[in-house]
Amino acid sequence: MPNMYAIKDHSLEKHLFINRIVAAFIVISLLTTGLIARLIYLQIVGHEHYSSLAKDNSIKIVPLVPTRGMIYDRHGKVLAENTTSYSLEIIPEQVTNMDDTLQRLQTLLDVSNEEIEQYQKARKRQKRFVSSPLLISMNDDQLAKFAVARPYFPGVDIHRQLVRHYPYGDLAAHVVGYVGRINEAEMKDLPIAEYRGSTHIGKLGIESSYESDLHGKTGYAEIETNVQARLLNTLNEVNPQPGSNLYLSLDIDLQKTAYDALGSFNGAVVAIDIKTGGVLVFVSRPGFDPNPFVVGISNDDYEALQSNENQPLYNRALRGLYPPGSTVKPFVALAGLEYDAITADQKLFCPGYYQLPGVTHKYRDWKKGGHGAVDMNQAITESCDVYFYRLAATLGIDNMVSFMQKFGFGEKTGIDLVGEKTGLLPSREWKREKKNQAWYPGETLITGIGQGYLQVTPIQLAKATAALANQGKVNTPYLVDKIVSSHGTGSGPVSNSYNVPVKTENVNSVIAGMVNVVHSARGTAKVLNRNLNYQIAGKTGTAQVLGIKQNAKYDENSIDFKYRDHALFMSFAPVDDPKIAVVVIAENGGHGGSVAAPIAGQVIKQYLEEHHEN
Amino acid sequence: MKTETRHEQFEAPSVLGTFLRRLHIDIPLFIGLVLTSMLSLVILYSAGSQDLDVLIRQIGRVGLAFILMIILAHVDPYQFKRYATILFGIGIILLIAVLIMGQIGKGAQRWLELGFFRFQPSEMIKITTPMMISWYLAEYSMPPKAKQLLVAVILIIIPTLLIAKQPDLGTALLVASSGAGVLFFAGLSWWIMGGIVALLAALTPIIWHFMHGYQRDRVLTFLNPEADPLGRGYHIIQSKIAIGSGGVYGKGWLGSTQSELDFLPESSTDFIFAVFAEEFGLLGCLGLLTLYLLIIARCLYIASQTQDAFSRLLASSLAFTFFVYVFVNIGMVIGVLPVVGVPLPLISYGGTSIVTLLAGFGILMSIHTHKKFR
Repeated sequence: MPNMYAIKDHSLEKHLFINRIVAAFIVISLLTTGLIARLIYLQIVGHEHYSSLAKDNSIKIVPLVPTRGMIYDRHGKVLAENTTSYSLEIIPEQVTNMDDTLQRLQTLLDVSNEEIEQYQKARKRQKRFVSSPLLISMNDDQLAKFAVARPYFPGVDIHRQLVRHYPYGDLAAHVVGYVGRINEAEMKDLPIAEYRGSTHIGKLGIESSYESDLHGKTGYAEIETNVQARLLNTLNEVNPQPGSNLYLSLDIDLQKTAYDALGSFNGAVVAIDIKTGGVLVFVSRPGFDPNPFVVGISNDDYEALQSNENQPLYNRALRGLYPPGSTVKPFVALAGLEYDAITADQKLFCPGYYQLPGVTHKYRDWKKGGHGAVDMNQAITESCDVYFYRLAATLGIDNMVSFMQKFGFGEKTGIDLVGEKTGLLPSREWKREKKNQAWYPGETLITGIGQGYLQVTPIQLAKATAALANQGKVNTPYLVDKIVSSHGTGSGPVSNSYNVPVKTENVNSVIAGMVNVVHSARGTAKVLNRNLNYQIAGKTGTAQVLGIKQNAKYDENSIDFKYRDHALFMSFAPVDDPKIAVVVIAENGGHGGSVAAPIAGQVIKQYLEEHHEN
Repeated sequence: MKTETRHEQFEAPSVLGTFLRRLHIDIPLFIGLVLTSMLSLVILYSAGSQDLDVLIRQIGRVGLAFILMIILAHVDPYQFKRYATILFGIGIILLIAVLIMGQIGKGAQRWLELGFFRFQPSEMIKITTPMMISWYLAEYSMPPKAKQLLVAVILIIIPTLLIAKQPDLGTALLVASSGAGVLFFAGLSWWIMGGIVALLAALTPIIWHFMHGYQRDRVLTFLNPEADPLGRGYHIIQSKIAIGSGGVYGKGWLGSTQSELDFLPESSTDFIFAVFAEEFGLLGCLGLLTLYLLIIARCLYIASQTQDAFSRLLASSLAFTFFVYVFVNIGMVIGVLPVVGVPLPLISYGGTSIVTLLAGFGILMSIHTHKKFR
């Protein structure tokens, strides 16, 4: 390369370069002249045209907001609808004397001081020509009075709008969700054209996860208006397309039964159609009334909901994390059979406790004195802890985890709601990563009876229960069954399903134990078996809220209600042709058998009776 | 160096002039930049809904950018030449890092999170690409031969594609044109340039095929904004109304109704020229364009005074890129070019673009005030 310098002709290069500088300046000048020519065209030739467009007396493009789609349950009962409401709005620019106008409105329509104050605040944030509401929802009396007096109130007008309404209130708030005013953060992510003119957006539940279906397509009209912004003429109109109607798999009557059956307990009930994965019941109690959120809930009310110790805003069915307790035993039993860690007939002796070799710590059974020698059927029926300690020790944590993962533990179920929790299926890797500790053998034992780190959501447990009833076929649970638009009917989310390879005889052995939970005299949920003309398979569970010391005794009556154990029940019916899987979690309910099982029993009864008629 | 400083002292009679020369600042260019930045604050106050916070934040950024400019003006241009390849290489690696991180996250990713601020590698590459090409071509005699052209084109295409993939079409365009600028000033034959234009025209359908949906929409909207008046055409229609209604004299400072009425979106960033044109009219626009042309002319003058190939190529291409910036933004706002995300240089709200621009001017000042370099 050095010899390259030798043949460089510096003066020639400089000459060439200066030429290029001149050429560049000419090109730049020409292009700038082009810009100026365009500016002259816009600002001199087109000035009048654009000025009139910019002025009030001009053609404006106004968005035509589509009607939001309705939400129905599986029988066509309305869960979310649009009702008409009238607001009183003021355009400050067109009012000559604001104080006087407000005063006269106050006497005429009986407006409260608080409403006036709120309006004054809102007005200051807005531009003078923007209409903002004094009254959000006018009653008939106010409507009639203002209609007569309207000519005396220039700049004040009644606006008609559709307001979202949820007839079932708190019963299905966690499923259906609600719409609320679009906030600034949401505005940034929205397609601006589609939401020009829209004021509300789905914030929670189906309203949120199906926002794009429910919203519809915004249309627009080119209108000519006069100085008072009154419509003179519509020049061109593209109609909006209303949002799609959604039909849920939810059965609102069954939902109500489950909600009422939970009574005063906080908790969740989830029922799934075993064949399809369609969610029939999705209760999280306590609920809350979604309707105030639509018009804008007051700060005090929202604060009250947030600070309520029962946490009504918390979707327990979707996001509640509970130790599953003994409800995992059927899955651990099936894992034991599948991995040949045990046979169904093999008996293990239960003295009332279990000790790991070389360790003094006693892992206790719930029954003092023990169950004696029990086979798998008895172990499930009586919920023998020692049997499952020993089975878990034989299986090992790795096998247990990899088997339960196939049934969806430790993973989101994929239900069509936003905000689902994954739960927690602990493993060696998890503990190493999160706690930087080795996995202890004792932790395998308590995982085997559903305690320790293991955490499930109600929807997860329901999905796994349905899969067990379905001989290992796992369906993704879903809420939206049909999406009906003006173009036709579409289905909801495609329910993914896959098969966990399990032997039918193994599944049937486990189910036989679960049947005895309900139908045998020793079963932990035998309260259910009165007057049944079908069989229910189930498993009770009790989840500890409070850790109990080695030699202490758990006495239900002596401890605070909030530290009482959670009552769980997982079940499906009928056993010969499984249709419905139900999971119940009653927080601080104490016993799965006496509290949770009857709630599931009511849901199953109502569903099967209704199905029988069909 | 010492003798040179003394020499310049003789030329500069005023105390301030001496001081600025000591600072390695080119006075005409400096005055132009300060004027434009002050004008920017005046318009921003109006376009940003008269929010003082917006103004204070922008003053902070502009201040930092000016400090960076002065620092770069002190660097001997020999150092730019020496580190051109390394800086270019780092820029490319960071671009790839951003792409990979964008794939791990989701959607468009343009910056690296550096704790206290966000760094956009594509901004750095706007300067290092022309630096790299200048370094490469300066080794050979002008005009460049076919082989050197090929290498240069590859060096331009790599960062351009990486940025286009982010996807950031506006910046990709600026990087490509900064590289192309170097080739032009290196004396690329007019025939080849004509050929490339013809080739691009022939390639248009293929480019179209590889465009993102939203990029296609922008082009379609540009060709016929009325087709989608609520959505993608909205910006162009509203900005034309704003500019046109400004007339010859404008509606006066703070008199913009279109941006006030929220009809004009992005009024303080990419579409700020529309607010300016509405408030200050055609006369104001002519004034602003004159200011820009004076800055560009001064830069080209600086380029013409250089003694070595690297400096002259780098200086002239930086000047040229600055013009492309102005032209693409104003062209977009007045509806003669498609909407690509390019801010109005030195005027639009935002920190990244002004830092890069003033860094470029810092390099130009360095080249001019260290003339004895060879």
